Amino acid sequence: MIINRRNFFKAMGATAVALSIGKEASASAGEILQNDDELNGMLYDNTKCIACHGCEYDCAEAHGLEYPDIPENPPIRKTNEAQLTVVNTYETSKGPMHVKVQCMHCNQPACDAACLTQAMHKMEDGPVVWREDKCMGCRYCMISCPFDIPKFEYQSTNPRIMKCDLCYERQKEGEMPACAYNCPQEALLFGKRRDLIKEARKRIHEEPEKYIDYIYGEYEAGGTSWMYLSGAPFEELGFKTNIQKSSYPGLTKGFISSIAPVDILLPAALLGIYEATKSRTNHSTEEEE
Amino acid sequence: MDKTQIVYTDNKDNKFWKFILNELKPKGKIFTLFNIISFPVMVLGIIIIYIRFRDGIGAVTNLNQEIPWGLWIGFDVVTGVAFAGGAYILVFMVNILNMKQYKPILRVTVLNGFLAYLFYSAALLLDLGRPLKVINVIIGNNFGVSSVLFLVGWHFLLYMLALLLEFSPAIAEWLNARKLRKVLTGISLGAVIFGITLSVLHQSGIGALYLMAVDKIHPLWYSNYLPLQFVVASVFAGISMVILEGSISHKVFSYQLEKDAHHQHNKILTGLSKICAGALFAYFSLMVIVFVHGKDWKYMNSGWGSWYLFEMIGFVILPMILFYFSYRHKNMILIRVAAVLTLLGVILNRMNISIIVYRWMDVERYVPTWQEFVVTFTIIFIEVWVFRWIITRMPVLRKSPEWVRGDH
Ligand code: SF4
Ligand code: SF4
Repeated sequence: MIINRRNFFKAMGATAVALSIGKEASASAGEILQNDDELNGMLYDNTKCIACHGCEYDCAEAHGLEYPDIPENPPIRKTNEAQLTVVNTYETSKGPMHVKVQCMHCNQPACDAACLTQAMHKMEDGPVVWREDKCMGCRYCMISCPFDIPKFEYQSTNPRIMKCDLCYERQKEGEMPACAYNCPQEALLFGKRRDLIKEARKRIHEEPEKYIDYIYGEYEAGGTSWMYLSGAPFEELGFKTNIQKSSYPGLTKGFISSIAPVDILLPAALLGIYEATKSRTNHSTEEEE
Repeated sequence: MDKTQIVYTDNKDNKFWKFILNELKPKGKIFTLFNIISFPVMVLGIIIIYIRFRDGIGAVTNLNQEIPWGLWIGFDVVTGVAFAGGAYILVFMVNILNMKQYKPILRVTVLNGFLAYLFYSAALLLDLGRPLKVINVIIGNNFGVSSVLFLVGWHFLLYMLALLLEFSPAIAEWLNARKLRKVLTGISLGAVIFGITLSVLHQSGIGALYLMAVDKIHPLWYSNYLPLQFVVASVFAGISMVILEGSISHKVFSYQLEKDAHHQHNKILTGLSKICAGALFAYFSLMVIVFVHGKDWKYMNSGWGSWYLFEMIGFVILPMILFYFSYRHKNMILIRVAAVLTLLGVILNRMNISIIVYRWMDVERYVPTWQEFVVTFTIIFIEVWVFRWIITRMPVLRKSPEWVRGDH
């Protein structure tokens, strides 16, 4: 094994560079898929929503879950393993306003990047779905999702991860998601992301006094397939407004891309040191003798 | 002719199994303090594990939709892996840097590392909702190659194999398998090199697991440098564990050691404390750089700020000074104090990131159930039992058999 000093230090330097990419984790974040606009998505307009909670029932029915038990004037609720969507009502500076909560179907989902079995996966046409036969129940998707959407059946011996799947099964049969299909107010608009953004801009442009000039989901977490229009400031409606505008998987990209170089270069470096120290001690023992 | 042949092999097999059976019997006193405490805990722990599989994870833990990873992951895996880091550091020092003076404690450290990994994986399986599906990751029918957890898992698994290989000569010596030992020592350089590489990556990978939780971890603890921070921490965490564990087993198993071992061990400890002081200093510098670069002073004025300072001053700066001081003055007691402080600090930091400052703005806090604690202790106790079983049988602390030295 011949490794001369110079090559050896070269290898060391390369390893150090590779390691330092890991530190610059967020550097390459924020790149956007080319076909983002072609994804199926949803636009929810809370100026149209009347909080009839119909979509909560429709969602339960479409996913074989029990009908939720919704009290009059319900408090602010979260989604859970038995309820994949909820509609909350907030008192805002513009009067009472509603928000439908469910998975955002991120364009570059953290949950998908986190999942080590690809059980959580973004389908080509937009929905982020969970696949029972693959999931091992590690719950790393829950740690990673910035919107706290995946829920886990803690009380089950064969637990599932539960979240909105944009009615993937219905979509496969050419139907739109159950909530959008049934909404009596047409507060939910299903379509291609590009068309949804166009429509949202149009609504804001035509009635600027009615809408906040912002489409939540256009850039959040690198863009989501589910987007919101609102009549009141988003921070008054329980939205996470500190969500970064670049994608979450971007945060780990640097680390992940440094793995292969380290796996290759570090052994070489180690072998180099091994040879170097071995000959040094041989040398010194010879001198001692 | 044929017949005798068969009888002969039979005989040999018999002897082998007799030897194994004999070795399975307990050696030493049964009613020691440790046994009296650990046995009931282990029985209880196994009952709880049974309930966990019968009724689901929610039946025995306080985990919820907001806190999906609790004590089992936060302590057993996230913290435990750092404690097991001593194995790769020592292997690096002895086998790569050729620092022969540390050789006497190499085997026991490697054994410790291997057992730790084995039992942490067990803890991990307990925490998985659908543990049988782990097979998906291993047979590769679904590789999530962009997943940090996937990469950590694979590096973890392969490293366990490397550790087993590094330890295997001791097993061969115990079984008196001369040829086998030769083969095993032959491949050990490969195992050493890949073992270190795999370690660097999974130690940092555990930090990288939390990179996407940027909105959930308190900004004082979160940074892009988490992976680097976790590798550096694994150096002093691992060595402190070696110091502490070595001190204990030198007391408990002193009858296995040669006469001059004690003096030698003290020398080893002072050497290690120098390295620890250095690693702590590197860690401290890293934290300062990270703080100056990105952290907001406004967080320092809150309770979280004091909590952060408590961790940095009490469990990074203080042990760093103690290690340096005890290295200069060859103070064996102080070394152990510093090691304990360092270990507590690593526990504190990792528990902070995984549990305490995770979702720091939430009002509802996660507190582990007593069952979660019992299971954690059960895993540690079983590990200690297995460790003791091996130490009393295989040449780990004591010298290898005569024939080994002849083989070299
Ligand atoms: S909102 Fe969460 S669960 Fe939904 S796609 Fe995004 S990361 Fe995944
Ligand atoms: S819990 Fe299931 S879906 Fe979520 S990351 Fe783990 S394996 Fe993937």
